[in-house]
Amino acid sequence: MLIGLTDIKKIYEVGTVKVPALKNIDLKIGRNEYVAIMGPSGSGKSTLMNIIGCLDTPTDGTYLLNGTNVSEMSDNQLAEIRNREIGFVFQTFNLLPRASALHNVELPLIYNGTSASNRKKLATVALEKVGLADRMNHKPNELSGGQRQRVAIARALVNNPSIILADEPTGNLDSKTGEEIMEIFETLHDSGNTIVLVTHEEYIAEHSDRIIRLRDGLVERDEASVN
Amino acid sequence: MRIFIYIWEGIRIAFEALKSYKLRSVLTTLGIIIGVMTVITIVALVQGLNKAFTEQISAIGTDTLHIDKYPWMAGEKWFEYRNRRNITLEDAIKVKQMAKLAVGVTPALYTRRVVKYRDKTLEGVTIVGTTEDYIITSNTYPEFGRFLMKGDVDYRRPICVLGWEVSQKLFPNTDPMGKRVSISGRKFRVVGIIEKKGKMFDENMDTYAYVPIGNFQAAFGARWRSVGIQVKVKSPEVMEDAEIELTGIMRRIRGLEPGEKDDFSINKQSMLMDMYKKLTTVLWAVAIGVGSISLLVGGIGIMNILLVSVTERTREIGVRKALGARRLDIMVQFLIESMMICAVGVTCGILLAVGLAELVAATTPLPAAITPWVAFLGLGFVVTIGLFFGIYPASKAAKLNPIEALRYE
Repeated sequence: MLIGLTDIKKIYEVGTVKVPALKNIDLKIGRNEYVAIMGPSGSGKSTLMNIIGCLDTPTDGTYLLNGTNVSEMSDNQLAEIRNREIGFVFQTFNLLPRASALHNVELPLIYNGTSASNRKKLATVALEKVGLADRMNHKPNELSGGQRQRVAIARALVNNPSIILADEPTGNLDSKTGEEIMEIFETLHDSGNTIVLVTHEEYIAEHSDRIIRLRDGLVERDEASVN
Repeated sequence: MRIFIYIWEGIRIAFEALKSYKLRSVLTTLGIIIGVMTVITIVALVQGLNKAFTEQISAIGTDTLHIDKYPWMAGEKWFEYRNRRNITLEDAIKVKQMAKLAVGVTPALYTRRVVKYRDKTLEGVTIVGTTEDYIITSNTYPEFGRFLMKGDVDYRRPICVLGWEVSQKLFPNTDPMGKRVSISGRKFRVVGIIEKKGKMFDENMDTYAYVPIGNFQAAFGARWRSVGIQVKVKSPEVMEDAEIELTGIMRRIRGLEPGEKDDFSINKQSMLMDMYKKLTTVLWAVAIGVGSISLLVGGIGIMNILLVSVTERTREIGVRKALGARRLDIMVQFLIESMMICAVGVTCGILLAVGLAELVAATTPLPAAITPWVAFLGLGFVVTIGLFFGIYPASKAAKLNPIEALRYE
């Protein structure tokens, strides 16, 4: 078991009002699974993603990631866990605008202290995996949307994380480019990566093997994908 | 090892940021530029002044005391000393007999006269009436011929020794040696030329002429003139003892009762030095005042632009945090950026100051010079201002919540 969420609660305090975003989540995700988390807005899927991604800690409950209890870690410890275990892919790509594709892919390696020469090597390999080796010196504004997302995927891969966590990865792309990106995820899954996909598009979620549907902070359904 | 990787990343990012906002960066650093320029220019000026001043007063010698009617720094109290009795030639002779710590005691009288040779005339020549010991007390050495000798003084021989410029102007083509010059109508035979001495403050030391003191008194009057006594002591270390000794001797010679004030002054080089130090202290205060105000303003400018930068790059900070940057990493990045903006300002400031100093050196007699240690001073500015004013924006960036930062539009 790679991800083990037990009795996870997340309550936001807005002024004096307590808003429960996650009420009681129990979830297990194994290695090399391809999971989609779905749900309407307000269902708590962003909150769940933030917790799985170690960007946030639960108010209550335990989160075991790769055997480590991360639910009560400090900011700096979480940063190290994120660096080592999680590869993020965002809807808006979130590349550094002034840095080249290569430099963007190197970023996670900078924060674990990889030497410059190794960084370049690893980043180049990651860019080759997404088919962008010939574009590595381009800045994001010189790349198309699909290419930018591929750079972001390379960045997510470069550290060999346990999970690739993609948040609406095709939300800013046309459907054809979106399909291309989904193919990359499939290839990654086939080569052994664990992928957690957050989306509200049914046809995107269908690429996965398992769909977890949230509603009002609870798991509404957790079932194998129909494909 | 890791910290170098972060620092290098910080420099790289900061460089990219500075490149993208060239105008903004330069405007931001204007305060720093002006502050650094002011401080360094004034430092250069003071150093130039120091150099010029030390060169000039070195002629006086650190081992020479001057007994005069007036203190050198009389200033507005000048009238207080007017009623003092004149110092006489006899006083000087007695001092010479009694002073044990002195190696040379010389009376000297001064006046400005016209010196003529045939059809050539030189006005405003300082005529010095003195004795053979003047060569010891004043470091006045002949380039050609000789200085006054004991016999010249004792027998009041009508001879003179000319300063360099006097000899050049009166004898442009002929050898002055043995020629008779006329000083206020009296004839003096030239026996020597003094080597070139240059200027001391505004006084040209080369438009001097030296005659035996007895001849001086006979020619230009004796009774109403106060003699200046120059005393060279054995070594600079005994200056204080010599001063005490001389004070005692002078008081005895002049018959002062205990409790009566001295009616003479003992002057020395260090008095000029003290005076000068007071003057430069004011300059330093101005430099520090103007400098720190501009640096404060400049620093606030940097802080302001960094706060803008942190807001503009909230998303970037979020991304970095998501990818594993810890608080310290973000902090270091913005501190480096702060120091780099500062470095741009300091560099411009130093360059402008170098230009200004060159300009001053070229257009005025002040040898304003910038020494290499300004580079270290500059580095000091970069680190302190950069760190001090960068710490608030940097910690603000470091504390950003990654989720909110990633959502920031």
